[in-house]
Amino acid sequence: MTSQGHRVARKSFARRGAMLLLAGAACAGTQAAPASAVRGEAVYARCAACHALAQNRVGPKHCGLFGRTSGSVPNFDYSAAMKRAHIVWNSQTLDRFLTSPLKMVPGTAMTYDGVPDAADRADLIAYLREAANSPECRP
Amino acid sequence: MSFFDTPTLALARRHFLGRSGLVLSGPAVALLTGNHTLAAAAGAADPKDVQILNTALGAELEAIAAYQVGAQSNLLQKPALDLALTFQGHHKEHAELLAKTVEKLGGKPAAAKTAYDFPVASLKSQADVLRFAAKLEQGAVSAYLGAVPLFANRDLSKAAASILGDEAMHWAVLRQAIGEAPVLSAFVA
Repeated sequence: MTSQGHRVARKSFARRGAMLLLAGAACAGTQAAPASAVRGEAVYARCAACHALAQNRVGPKHCGLFGRTSGSVPNFDYSAAMKRAHIVWNSQTLDRFLTSPLKMVPGTAMTYDGVPDAADRADLIAYLREAANSPECRP
Repeated sequence: MSFFDTPTLALARRHFLGRSGLVLSGPAVALLTGNHTLAAAAGAADPKDVQILNTALGAELEAIAAYQVGAQSNLLQKPALDLALTFQGHHKEHAELLAKTVEKLGGKPAAAKTAYDFPVASLKSQADVLRFAAKLEQGAVSAYLGAVPLFANRDLSKAAASILGDEAMHWAVLRQAIGEAPVLSAFVA
């Protein structure tokens, strides 16, 4: 993991702690930092055991993800649940799925507890969106 | 005889389980110690547990294939080659255990793909191969971390955490091998 990645991991914990501390406080005036594809790349490292941008692995490739219907990458062996889900992937659906894959698509083979931190998810989604235009996705 | 003097992994594991006071129960103990009959008798499995194990098995099989690509690339020199083969051996043990567990819980173990698609064109040096392996190991740590809380059977969570620990060590050693700080953070995510 890059030092950026470790900062993201630390920040993830720090954010959760901060959320707890601030839960009862008036937070008016605070604004979330804009999503960052750079930070999102570090979050994407969590996905590397099963996913890659340009190759189907244990999970399907992510190039072309936005606007794609779930379960539709050719030659990828999806779970029956994902084949039935008919989700069009966009920022909103990805945010819901990444929060808790098994809650949104019970029976999915993505047996992962999700990315609990909303800022991490936003960064990850920003990275996935930006990666669609990367040389890896547009060779 | 200390844990470090044990001549085989199986002996070391038994020694560890015997001396550490580590208390596992139910199917996980049975599976980790190779007593599959006991595991089979432990009761019906939650289908989700079987799916979690099978997803992990798929990733382990892919890791085995990735290390094979690395080992046959002619890019790895000793001792990095030995390291890669050792870690591949661990993944084979994980895969074997996961497959047997899936079977004993009444599921059909995921099979290795006939072909894997790795970015081999981008692997041009030993450091490239080790960096790629480190990335996979990092992902594996996160994948197990994301699976541990999902098991209905907490003993399986514990067994998965045991594998997570091994893969975290792989990740750290690979980082060290490419000249990066082995452990940069107190937490993994």
